[in-house]
Amino acid sequence: MQDVRWNDPRTSRYLGKSVPRLDGPGKVTGAAKYTYDMVLPGMLHAKVLRCPHANARVASIDASAAQRMPGVHAVITDIAGAGRFAGQEIAAVAADTEEIARDAIRAIKVQWEVEPHVVSTRRGMRDERRVGRPREATRGQDPESLWSSAAAVIEEEYYCPVREHLSLETHGLVVQWQEPDRATVWLSTQAVHGSRGELAGALGIPQQNVEVICEVMGGGFGSKFGPGVEGRIAARLSKMTGRPVKLMLERYDEQVASGNAPDALMRVKAAMSADGRLIALDSKIWGTPGNGNNSGIPMPYIYNVPNFKTWQAGVSTNTGGARAWRAPDRPPASFLMESVVDELANKLGLDPMRVRQLNQNNQVRNRQLELGAQLIGWENRNKAPGSGTGRYRRGMGCALSEWGGGMGQPCNCDVKIGTDGSVYVGIGTQDLGTGTRTYVGTIVAEDFGLPLSRVKADIGRSSLPVAGGSGGSVTAASVAPAVKDASMKARARFLEVAAGLMNTSVADLEMRDAKVLSKSNPANSMTFDQVCAKLPPGGIQVSGTTLASLQQGGVAGAQFVEVEVDTWTGRIQPIKVVAVQDCGYVLNKLTAESQLIGGVIQGLCMALLEDRKMDEPTGRMLNPNMETYKVLGSLEVPEIVPVLYETHDKVAGIGEPAVIPTAAACVNAVYNATGVRLRTLPMTPKRWFEATETNQ
Amino acid sequence: MNNFDWVQPKTIAEAATAVKNGGVAMSGGIELLCLLKEHLIEPPSVVNLKSIPGMRSIDVAGSGLRIGALATTTDLAENSVVRNDFPGISQAAASIASPQIRNVGTVGGNLCQRPRCWYYRDPEVKCLKKGGQACYAVAGNNEYHAIMGGGPCHIVHPSDLGSAFLAYGATVVTNEREIPIQNFFVLPKDDIDHENSLRPAELVTGVTVPNDWKGARASFFKSKERESFDWALATALVLLKMNGSTVSDARVVLGGVAPIPWRSTEAENALKGKSIEDSVALAAGRAAVSRATPMSENRYKVPLTTNVVRIAVLQAAGLKAE
Repeated sequence: MQDVRWNDPRTSRYLGKSVPRLDGPGKVTGAAKYTYDMVLPGMLHAKVLRCPHANARVASIDASAAQRMPGVHAVITDIAGAGRFAGQEIAAVAADTEEIARDAIRAIKVQWEVEPHVVSTRRGMRDERRVGRPREATRGQDPESLWSSAAAVIEEEYYCPVREHLSLETHGLVVQWQEPDRATVWLSTQAVHGSRGELAGALGIPQQNVEVICEVMGGGFGSKFGPGVEGRIAARLSKMTGRPVKLMLERYDEQVASGNAPDALMRVKAAMSADGRLIALDSKIWGTPGNGNNSGIPMPYIYNVPNFKTWQAGVSTNTGGARAWRAPDRPPASFLMESVVDELANKLGLDPMRVRQLNQNNQVRNRQLELGAQLIGWENRNKAPGSGTGRYRRGMGCALSEWGGGMGQPCNCDVKIGTDGSVYVGIGTQDLGTGTRTYVGTIVAEDFGLPLSRVKADIGRSSLPVAGGSGGSVTAASVAPAVKDASMKARARFLEVAAGLMNTSVADLEMRDAKVLSKSNPANSMTFDQVCAKLPPGGIQVSGTTLASLQQGGVAGAQFVEVEVDTWTGRIQPIKVVAVQDCGYVLNKLTAESQLIGGVIQGLCMALLEDRKMDEPTGRMLNPNMETYKVLGSLEVPEIVPVLYETHDKVAGIGEPAVIPTAAACVNAVYNATGVRLRTLPMTPKRWFEATETNQ
Repeated sequence: MNNFDWVQPKTIAEAATAVKNGGVAMSGGIELLCLLKEHLIEPPSVVNLKSIPGMRSIDVAGSGLRIGALATTTDLAENSVVRNDFPGISQAAASIASPQIRNVGTVGGNLCQRPRCWYYRDPEVKCLKKGGQACYAVAGNNEYHAIMGGGPCHIVHPSDLGSAFLAYGATVVTNEREIPIQNFFVLPKDDIDHENSLRPAELVTGVTVPNDWKGARASFFKSKERESFDWALATALVLLKMNGSTVSDARVVLGGVAPIPWRSTEAENALKGKSIEDSVALAAGRAAVSRATPMSENRYKVPLTTNVVRIAVLQAAGLKAE
């Protein structure tokens, strides 16, 4: 078979065009069945008892009253012998209704031995037993020797708080145990295949005997790779009772125990030459992954710093554990480095955008800066930051990003053409909300010249050919090349049959409008269905695998933000965001742009509102709800201009990178507008007034 | 939430009896549902006031407005008489929560809602208001707490209508008596358990608003962390009576900064006899917070409240606040 290439978007019907999601109508009408919507005959409802203390041992636990409650079918009290954060799972029940399950949880009596706790990074970092092994790196000369010769030096502290994933559909599942050794699990997950092992382990059965189903899901953002503690609990309860068990986390559960992004307390000294080149950087970063593990903030991220010394360490605290959060560690890295570069450039009176171009090598990004500057109207920024009078001040800022977005686990894909004209494509991936199902269908529809409605795209079940988890922006770059491979193999077989029927060569044939046509003789044509009817019994069935030649990773991005600051109330309103994103071959313009817009909105939330607040005296989370853990509402979302910057003809992943630079660009825009540098996120009115007291 | 009996009284007297027997009164149910779900209250019965006819009207009498306790905040925000003659009330009503909540939440419920303090709302924390020994906001995170009138508990009162009614000199009507609004809300130092002076089975049936400030220039300004559904960081309701270009009388009521809607006579005095310009508005703002005693995390509310008053004063005077 000849080299497989992506279809030319200039002549394509679907690929590279804007195609509405296949599951869109179901989602907006409520017809789509989320895990939350699953109701099975005889289904029980499970609830979890959580430790109310930040650090406490279970001295004794008495569940007899819960056991006796009418409607209670099973109680588990051995989940953990201690709670190391307020919210850790201790016991669980399964009952006829959610209400009974809640009452039963409250009837479980636990005697706690409360131990001392620490819930903040600032307190934890003072206790060396809580500070993990530092990661250190150096390059060039010792920065200490270079400060005195630099034209500009800053030494500051920045803080980015713990942020949550805030999936609108909470974590959860429905487990249907089937005697003697099988289970079907409806799970809100980013990995239908990858979740089988943990569930099988909890059930004591082979992985192959577990089917995981996730047709649609309400958000994961990195927090839903496995079934988690709640998944193992539901599995056990289903096996114990022999009945289907539903366990969806409540909002409180979700916010205390289902993952978060570590915070970052960053102390930095950095220097720049008079012509705007970074000379040296010395950074120390602390962050808490709660009772989990840190990965590490890349430093100095995208910038060329000839001389640096970096140090970072995780701080263990009595808080819920961190999980991957959309582009892990890059948003704080960007916030830090983009603030540093901006501060130094402004100190020297240089154009911050030009200074960025001087200090990083990626030519794509440098061109993206030019394009973004043009689209936001960079020449209209506040030339002298902070100049201007009056209550409302406008300003612009920019920031850059780098992300992998390449291939993950290679996937398999089945394509089947029936003698009845039916076309099926199946792959065991899942749609995290990015539009996966739609491009799985359009790739095949494009190759066969069929309307999308004629292709059955089947995803979201672990009984389908294996595909990896949706994380690291690898799904499109892994799934699409496997679909393409299977599609082209099926097409080749199909055209061989057609060529025989039409007395011509395969090379002479093309497919469009559900027809097979001879290029040399337009009168010679057959409908797609006529050819299908002549296929061998059983039709065509082929398998494809991910073709590395169709994918690429390593994507650059540049964003510009214009903000308006109400200097009287400290409220910051984004006016416009331009997001230029390196994105490779575009499968679906509509959903690709949607990923950029979604990333920008999440980045704005990080800039302006998101902040998990832990209370040191009580050890509890103060805002485990969407009343006080805030994200933007529709009234605050500005004009967002997504720019798909196509740099190559291979598919790259872009689910994550757009979230990376937005907050940094906002911080820089606020400085440009007002001359006030906010170094602590989020930029609430509180932070505004605190900064203006010391920093104007 | 616990199971409860559902009581559908036909008269206020029946409702009061049901409440006397341990029930809790429900109007819109927005706040009640929060309290029930978090087990902050566990009443044996819920008494549905909406089964009592005639408590939702907004009437114009010779002496002023009569607002039924079951009028929704949307009813109040959209009533044309309120809009024209008592605009501070309709502005405050329109600022509340979200359209969905305004369509269901009532005037009586808004006045009687409990504090949003995150320690009070946490079912695992036994604070002073719940019979505990400490106000956790003192040593903990008090960024949304009081800068005036606090102690020993440091809540802020969440009622925007409370501010508006206080400014207009309203009276709260109950099944037992009439309570001038300045006697309706109570400070924690006077009653730690309640935010108002209602007796155990006393039910708010309505609010009357006299004509004293009818037609006065008015502005309600609310500062929030976001424009969409959010609670106030600070609010100001300003009423101005003008004699030519000078202020003959003024009312300034602050919200979100004290355990009760907080009338600032200092700010009022800074306005009386003045012709409004930015420096006068700012002076009024500064006067409003002159006796503020911020806590560890809410110092920002002092300059913020200053400007909130400044904005409301300028807007009330018909000037551009910028």
